[in-house]
Amino acid sequence: MEFNKPADQNLFDRSKVVGKPHTRIDGPLKVSGQAPYAYERHDVVDGQLVGYPVGSTIAKGRITSMNTEAAKKAPGVKAVVTTLDIEPLGIWDYNAARLFGGDKVEHYHQAIAVVVAETFEQARAAAALIETSYDVEQAKFDLKSEFERLQGTGEPDTVGNFDEAFAAAPVTLDEVYTTPSESHAMMEPHASIVDWSDGGDMKLWTSNQMIEWGRQALAKIFSIDPDRISLESPYIGGGFGAKLWVCSDAVLAAVGSRAAGRPVKLAMPRPFVANNTTHRSATIQRIKIGAAEDGKITAISHEAASHTLLGGSGENAIAQTPYFYAGDNRYIIHHPVEMNLPEANAMRAPGETAGLMALEIAMDEMAEKLDMDPVEFRIANDTQIKPGNPMKPFSDRHFVECLRRGADAFGWADRNKTPGGQRDGNWLIGHGMAGAYRGAPTMKSGARVRLKDGSLTVETDMTDIGTGSYTILAQTAAETMGLPLEAVDVQLGKSSYPVSSGSGGQWGAASSTAGVYAACVALRQQIAERLGLEDPRFEGGNVVDGDMETALVDIAQGEELVAEDTMEFGDFKKNMVHATFGAHFVEVGVHAGTGETRVRRMLAACDAGRILNPITARSQVIGGMTMGTGGALSEELALDQGRGFFANHDLAGYEVAVHADIPHQEVIFLDTLDVSATPLKAKGVGELGLCGVAAAIANAAYNATGVRVRDYPVTLDKMIDKLPAI
Amino acid sequence: MNLPIEFQLRRRTLLIGTAASAAALRFAQTAQAQTPVSKPAGAEKSAVTMTVNGETKTLELDHRTTLLDALREHLKLTGTKKGCDHGQCGACTVSVNGTRVNSCLSLAVMHEGDEVTTIEGLGTPDNLDPMQQAFVDHDGFQCGYCTPGQICSAKAVIDEIRAGVPSHVTSDLTSPIEMSGPEIRERMSGNICRCGAYSNIVEAITEVAGEQV
Ligand code: FES
Ligand code: FES
Repeated sequence: MEFNKPADQNLFDRSKVVGKPHTRIDGPLKVSGQAPYAYERHDVVDGQLVGYPVGSTIAKGRITSMNTEAAKKAPGVKAVVTTLDIEPLGIWDYNAARLFGGDKVEHYHQAIAVVVAETFEQARAAAALIETSYDVEQAKFDLKSEFERLQGTGEPDTVGNFDEAFAAAPVTLDEVYTTPSESHAMMEPHASIVDWSDGGDMKLWTSNQMIEWGRQALAKIFSIDPDRISLESPYIGGGFGAKLWVCSDAVLAAVGSRAAGRPVKLAMPRPFVANNTTHRSATIQRIKIGAAEDGKITAISHEAASHTLLGGSGENAIAQTPYFYAGDNRYIIHHPVEMNLPEANAMRAPGETAGLMALEIAMDEMAEKLDMDPVEFRIANDTQIKPGNPMKPFSDRHFVECLRRGADAFGWADRNKTPGGQRDGNWLIGHGMAGAYRGAPTMKSGARVRLKDGSLTVETDMTDIGTGSYTILAQTAAETMGLPLEAVDVQLGKSSYPVSSGSGGQWGAASSTAGVYAACVALRQQIAERLGLEDPRFEGGNVVDGDMETALVDIAQGEELVAEDTMEFGDFKKNMVHATFGAHFVEVGVHAGTGETRVRRMLAACDAGRILNPITARSQVIGGMTMGTGGALSEELALDQGRGFFANHDLAGYEVAVHADIPHQEVIFLDTLDVSATPLKAKGVGELGLCGVAAAIANAAYNATGVRVRDYPVTLDKMIDKLPAI
Repeated sequence: MNLPIEFQLRRRTLLIGTAASAAALRFAQTAQAQTPVSKPAGAEKSAVTMTVNGETKTLELDHRTTLLDALREHLKLTGTKKGCDHGQCGACTVSVNGTRVNSCLSLAVMHEGDEVTTIEGLGTPDNLDPMQQAFVDHDGFQCGYCTPGQICSAKAVIDEIRAGVPSHVTSDLTSPIEMSGPEIRERMSGNICRCGAYSNIVEAITEVAGEQV
């Protein structure tokens, strides 16, 4: 099916299931510990051995030798394979790091060996016996000096004449902001069981957001036919972009399985994850804004840099700037800087997360210079087209409504406006807000449905990474087939199922529900033909045509009806910008003596098209707000600039938000419908909640103290010497 | 210093498989394990008997095996999760003799005679414990990986507050401790949820605590 024009009124506008608050259909399995994650599949293949990885201890250079004698003789060891034993493996299209093979080291903790043994304890002990010698090459890891060198170079995206407009603007801002490298830190480390015992078909039970990408990637990495590879990933313990890719867990398990002639399972040790896999790159961002006295932006420049391995793209912090706010004169450029650090790649809302951390502080600073309310300043600069391109309208944009509804619900008007002017005992109280923007792409997505005895099974290689895919796909199928939710079973994450959009880039929910809808429509047609009906309705478990009602349970009399289709999205979508919008409002307390910042209240108002399930959608948003709280106040992969690695590479050193950091959170969804998004008029919401929230916290900390911190995270050391006198 | 070093072809043995591909993958042959170079003094394994979810289990375990791996790998009770293996995340939380512990930080052989309760011992999908049900009702999870640990901790937190065990945020040590948001959050802070379900988890715990009064 092709979605090639905006949706008319359709069944989702009269929905009984879609858009209603249903708890997760996979919930009972998850809360009782019965949902099987990758490393736990004892049942899928016999004779599993355990692999343990070894990582490089240098960032750049060559391995000159590896002594594996002791490891090979250690108890229980079945195989040892080092990177010197095999030729460099292939690199997949969307990745930059080579996962294994060859003597060249390009980043710290690059996988350089795998030890396979009967037990985990044996493999781990033997891995520690491998001795490696290197020829170390010097490398530079200083993003700041690179940014200074690169400023003003390259080919910016320009509109009008920024320099002239900025020079002429009566009110201007020119500041530099930094965001640190961040780690996805999902709770389940990357893990795979691989059976490639005989070198024939390769079977994986893994933790991966994108099943088909995974199959293609493995095919390229190992130069084998993708049809020989199968993947299963029904439950994923978080991903946030870290599991968009095949990582070294799968590659080492495959290599180990091949060498040992038995299936091998391998989970990355937690301290290996941060430097072996991907992360969000640090950024440096210089933002200049010029505005007229009335608050209209006339000139905006956003120049950013981030680090990347050769061939990668870093963190594109300028992603939102061509779209979010009006302004006739613009200068926008991102400089990816090559560095021998682990691969910088997508982490939840790549681009906008880091970009809005900076831009939304800049907007706050500008509002103050203009003596305007930061909410009103943003409203004054709303745009319904891509600035500079009247031919490119937004498909559906209600940013202003997010700002107004959010401000009302939060009580924004009642806040203290003078920085440092409100106290509660030892705490300085501040309020801050920020805008949220994130693109809303859709991707081709397929599904198969099977109807038997009135029960429907949905099969698609879509994944549920905590997003609620199981539930919203069941809701979509139930709605389309006129069945109760309980009559629908959803099977996900297998490469034998039709190829879906997968989970990433906030496209999963919108795309995969459209794919399931397409498959259900195909099944409806099949049923209609069978019954010789033109255009029957499907409701209440029946096929209804005039006075005639046939129960779905009676249609095939024990036979199974199967239909499959893929939703493709037509070119008409390219004529507009699809995006989601939001506004964050935060109250913090900053301790007057120590400068410690605590979040007291958080509220987000979100415009993301039809909300398919308000329970799971809200969880996505509060999850983003929580991640953004970590990003604002504590998260930082600390770079050892001498050796080129992230020093705090575990969950003790890398501080994500914990229970004590997070108050009750509120989310308001605007009831919008984006008719050109999908037949369900839905957009993604999984990343929107993270966008802008860190800046709202930073702005609140400023309002509390009068101390402006432009370098994340906003920690007490950056404030304590500037706090108001006690 | 940055001179390109010619990549040298090394000793390789093409593993002959059925892969009908131009395999770029070539391994050195792996020596089979022979006599270990060194052996630890004394036995490497011991038998340990514990009660797990009401059933007596005797296991012959490597001394290095954690309680977590004894559960996950040997008893195939994979409901208890491994998030870090270093006591940093709480995903492995189980109850031992009524006290919550990080099972990754505890060697299995230390648990002779102990009573261990894991998430599987609390309830099943068809017969959930009230705390498990409250997590479903309040959407106190997303990916579900931290969830068994959160639930095991949550049950213990209610007991700890009722038993008057003070926490960092307890301001009055002489009167009964209030079952408050700050108390629950403080005590749950060893259980990380990267999906960020905290706000919902606290509501689930508060509901269960309220019902049990
Ligand atoms: S696995 Fe035990 S605390 Fe993380
Ligand atoms: S539900 Fe995913 S980490 Fe808590």
